[in-house]
Amino acid sequence: MPARRIRFDEEDRFGAFLWKRDEAPTGEGRLSGIPVAVKDNISTRGIPTTCGSRILEGYIPPYDAFVVDRLIAEGAAVVGKTNMDEFGMGTTTENSAYGPTRNPHDEGRVPGGSSGGSAAAIASGMVRMALGTDTGGSIRCPAAFCGIVGLKPTYGRVSRYGLVAYANSLEQIGPMGRTVADVSLLMEAISGYDARDSTAADRAYLHTPQQEIRGLRVGVPEEFFGSGVDPAVAALVWKAIERLEECGAEIITCTMPSMAYALAAYYVTCMSEASSNLARFDGVRYGPPCDVRSSWHDAFQERRKDGFGPEVRRRILLGTFALSSGYYGRYYAKAQAARANVRADFARLFADVDVLAGPTMPTIAFRFSEKSDPLSMYLSDILTVPANLAGVPAISVPCGTVRGMPVGLQITGRHFEDERVVDTAYVYEQVAA
Amino acid sequence: MIGEKDVEHIAVLADIGISKEELEKFTTQINPILEYFEILDQVCRTGPENEGTANIFREDKVTPSLAQGEVLSNARETEDGFFRAPRVM
Repeated sequence: MPARRIRFDEEDRFGAFLWKRDEAPTGEGRLSGIPVAVKDNISTRGIPTTCGSRILEGYIPPYDAFVVDRLIAEGAAVVGKTNMDEFGMGTTTENSAYGPTRNPHDEGRVPGGSSGGSAAAIASGMVRMALGTDTGGSIRCPAAFCGIVGLKPTYGRVSRYGLVAYANSLEQIGPMGRTVADVSLLMEAISGYDARDSTAADRAYLHTPQQEIRGLRVGVPEEFFGSGVDPAVAALVWKAIERLEECGAEIITCTMPSMAYALAAYYVTCMSEASSNLARFDGVRYGPPCDVRSSWHDAFQERRKDGFGPEVRRRILLGTFALSSGYYGRYYAKAQAARANVRADFARLFADVDVLAGPTMPTIAFRFSEKSDPLSMYLSDILTVPANLAGVPAISVPCGTVRGMPVGLQITGRHFEDERVVDTAYVYEQVAA
Repeated sequence: MIGEKDVEHIAVLADIGISKEELEKFTTQINPILEYFEILDQVCRTGPENEGTANIFREDKVTPSLAQGEVLSNARETEDGFFRAPRVM
């Protein structure tokens, strides 16, 4: 039987895509006939994969990532590759070497990042669902800023085979969509065991969202509403949490002291891992070539100077420094101790409560160039990074608007309880509608 | 505090190449970030750091992989089925 094809002639008004096709093959399965967009750091056989970087310009992977194999097996029409902060390093998608994506709710504002292209493609109505990746909030931040749903799965629940590595111990591929049901459906398609990812767990996600949370214990750490959170965002998210209470959940306030240094632990860890992972980009095997006639160091320095943008270069420098002899104990080792404390904090809280709730982001989407200083940009990730440090699942679901811009409610759960996190978001979505 | 000399040294270790203007800018930006990281000095940890994780072993079996031609397909310079790289010495 000849493969069926679907038309995809949507106009890309917000710069969501780096590559797209007008027609895509579709097959039989749970995603049959559904156009799905894929973030550009996920390998697609025969389709350019740049990670939003000049250093991978022209690179065409000879293989599909596990999740892309799964999409095709479920009949999805892979229609294009979405824009992102270079290698996932950013909170706005302004760090793409190919230009920024604009927020469909206000073109003067960023869509969030780093999966900003995927979020904008969904929010603008171009696609129903898309894949993103989340190292420190890169699915949940753009989901919150663009008013869609995004899930960072439990670490190990989705294979990272074919994901271009940035910070292996933190990142996960995850589903993004207009509704919780769509996110759940896409999660079903991409989860499952894969021997090619040595950190993959054999814990497939097979679940239909349930509209029942009576007796659910919802913890609200006071640090989630700390000083950096916009009071209007805080008020809106509290109202959403009260809606959960009306649906039968019990709300319990609590504290999470490790939040004081979670962000520092996250940045030291991701920068260290990045400095090692990105050493592979040397112009020998892929991307624009280096000059093989000059000496090793000259050739690589020249290639990497042109190929990496400023944020990537900053993180490579800081990561190299944090791992260098004499500083390792002070930065990297301390960050791992802090990370263990974050994990222990979650474990202590989850002995008492079933999920945690709070805002996904401290503010609404920034205006372009609003955050020009790197440190102030990093600080906006404070509420999303703890889930990555601990490897627990977390979802962002829209909970209203502040000054016309969407705000996300974040629900975090125990390891491998992605289902409960999805159900809680689903109940909120249904009562809010 | 780290100075331009330190940043230049790290840039050499990381093989990223760095210009004079960039050196100034990065040094200015990196110091407040490192200052922020000092909060990690307050961290106390008594328990183990890798609680809840375990090694998973598998047989060391040879399985099919990409063909040589596919692996080389993105390299600009190849020779006799190998990548061509800059000289080391």
